[in-house]
Amino acid sequence: MDPADRTGSPRPDPVAGPAGGAGPDPVVGPAGSAGPDPVAGSAGGAGPDPVAGPTGSAGVDPVAELTGLARMLRERGVAADASRLVAAAGALEHVDPLDPVQVYWSTRVTLCSEPDDLPRFDEAFAAWLVSPPPAPVQEVPVPAEAPTGPGPGTGTGAVERVAATAVETLRTRDVADLSAAERDEVRRLIALLAPIVGTRRSMRHRPGGRAGLDPARTLRAMLRAGGEPAVLAHRRRRTTPRRLVLLVDVSGSMSPYADSLLRFAHAAVRVRPLATEAFTVGTRLTRVTRALRLRDPEAALRAAAATVPDWSGGTRLGESLRAFLDLWGQRGAARGAVVVIFSDGWERGGADLLGEQAARLRRLAHAVIWVNPHKGKDGFEPETAGMRAALPHVDTLVAGHSAAALTDLVAVLHRA
Amino acid sequence: MTLPELADIPALAAALDAVGYLPDEGVATAAYLAIRMRRPLLLEGDPGVGKTALARALAALTGATFVRLSCYEGIDASQALYDWDFPRQLLHLRSAEGGTGDETGVYDRRFLVARPILRALEQSPAVLLIDEIDRADDEFEAFLLEVLADNAVTIPELGTIRPESPPIVVLTSNRTRELHDALKRRCLYHWVAHPELEREVEIIRRHLPSVAAGLAQQVAAAVREMRAAGLVKPPGIAESIDWADALGIIGARELDGPAARATLGAVLKYREDQELVEREVLPGLLARA
Repeated sequence: MDPADRTGSPRPDPVAGPAGGAGPDPVVGPAGSAGPDPVAGSAGGAGPDPVAGPTGSAGVDPVAELTGLARMLRERGVAADASRLVAAAGALEHVDPLDPVQVYWSTRVTLCSEPDDLPRFDEAFAAWLVSPPPAPVQEVPVPAEAPTGPGPGTGTGAVERVAATAVETLRTRDVADLSAAERDEVRRLIALLAPIVGTRRSMRHRPGGRAGLDPARTLRAMLRAGGEPAVLAHRRRRTTPRRLVLLVDVSGSMSPYADSLLRFAHAAVRVRPLATEAFTVGTRLTRVTRALRLRDPEAALRAAAATVPDWSGGTRLGESLRAFLDLWGQRGAARGAVVVIFSDGWERGGADLLGEQAARLRRLAHAVIWVNPHKGKDGFEPETAGMRAALPHVDTLVAGHSAAALTDLVAVLHRA
Repeated sequence: MTLPELADIPALAAALDAVGYLPDEGVATAAYLAIRMRRPLLLEGDPGVGKTALARALAALTGATFVRLSCYEGIDASQALYDWDFPRQLLHLRSAEGGTGDETGVYDRRFLVARPILRALEQSPAVLLIDEIDRADDEFEAFLLEVLADNAVTIPELGTIRPESPPIVVLTSNRTRELHDALKRRCLYHWVAHPELEREVEIIRRHLPSVAAGLAQQVAAAVREMRAAGLVKPPGIAESIDWADALGIIGARELDGPAARATLGAVLKYREDQELVEREVLPGLLARA
């Protein structure tokens, strides 16, 4: 169990194998009797019985040993919670704990749960094998920033009126030109929005209507009535919310707007957590839905910012859009969905690819809405090459530069 | 399920191999643990990498019944679990009125229509494949969770049906939406990657013994390049097998320009992809061949 033991002996790198695609080397020449035992860490060298597994050796608790790995995984954003940890410990009882390859795969299938986890797992696993687990860090919950100062409605009537007018003008101001205090106010306005899209007919039925008969319910009623056709039961289609997909451009040219647009995305995810997906695009595609599911806007934005690696970087809109369609859109996320792209269309790569991918998106989605903050400015012409290439494949082009423009967007979404 | 001959992972890999499925280490470990730990196995990966085939192979090697539940939007308990056979119940009711003396109630096992999940529980041992779980809506997932957690089905009118040995459950997802964490937590998770070149050649030859070794090698290498070319729909193993088959049928001994172009529809299903491959991938491939 002494962590120092795990660093001493040479051991094969089980990660290089599976990650590289070729079959990994099974334990290359057992290095002495005190062979590498990444799991049980048996320092005795008295050849632990592989069948009995880690639980067989006295005093070794696989759960405790795995906790280090789980902690490293959680630090990297993998949801390796307690129940997965128990599953991993259970899995190790069934495999040869001396074989790093088997340990690698059995911990991977139990601790990971999505493709995004896999590279993080490889990294954590490699680190776990070669280094002693870090000392437990006391996790301090970040307190939600409580609103300070008196809330609205505490002042006198005159103050309220002035404040109301101020808010009214603030609503239409471009968020790029706001002071810090004004920006806070606009953030509050955005948080109040509830962007939802329309519904579509679902495959499911519910009782009611006049058109279709419901055979099962009719027959059940007949059974109750002793076999007499007493009442005819009808059914009709249910409706279900359409999926909403938000793609937020976080490149340098969009940086004045990225914060408010992500807040808008947060509002959308909060209203319909299961029917909304949010991604950031820039030099690469990042899914931020998970981060935005936190209810508190500040915490959600912090979590999203931590996830996005290409904040205020360059723009490869066409490539990011292709990545979205390949990994998510084509498989179903964009099918029949309302897709909103927040971008100024400033494209560093070729505009042809963007046009192609926008056309592909249009064929999959129910509606494509493009939000360009510059549209709110006087004399706007879609003159960036990317915007011009994508425009033929966009259903609606709206502005998104102010709280009022985002409120209009909510109305557009609702009609879509 | 007792599988005394499957003492360890290599034994399971060999057994899978014997029924025509060539697993890599990850797949073998995941399947082995699913059997030993009696946990459902959630498989994700690109379409056509052999997720469904693994479930079939597991059924073949354990001699278990293979039961498949294909999910779709709107699927509910009466299509997945059980339903009552109303017409038969009615007939029974009518004949009972006639005084034929059959006094059993209408909620008898005879009148129950077993849907896939109940069938898998009743016909143990069984391998239950819940295919494309992401297509079902999330309420269905919650319902499934109950079945997977207890390996039993409770029918209010009849009682609980619990098999002596729970089925091996394999779930597949194409990631069209995120699955609930509660469901994922119940499952072992494995991402099925595309196989390495040699394994893919071997898989093609396994399925198509008549295809020349050289052709299988060329097809596998070509498909690999296609996967890296950024296509709308990168071909899976199923497509490489189809392509090798098509080439074999038209009598090609090796991958040359005319044969490749004539059969491209077997491996690429999008016009854009075909154009891209003809323009950028094929010339290089043929030059090297």
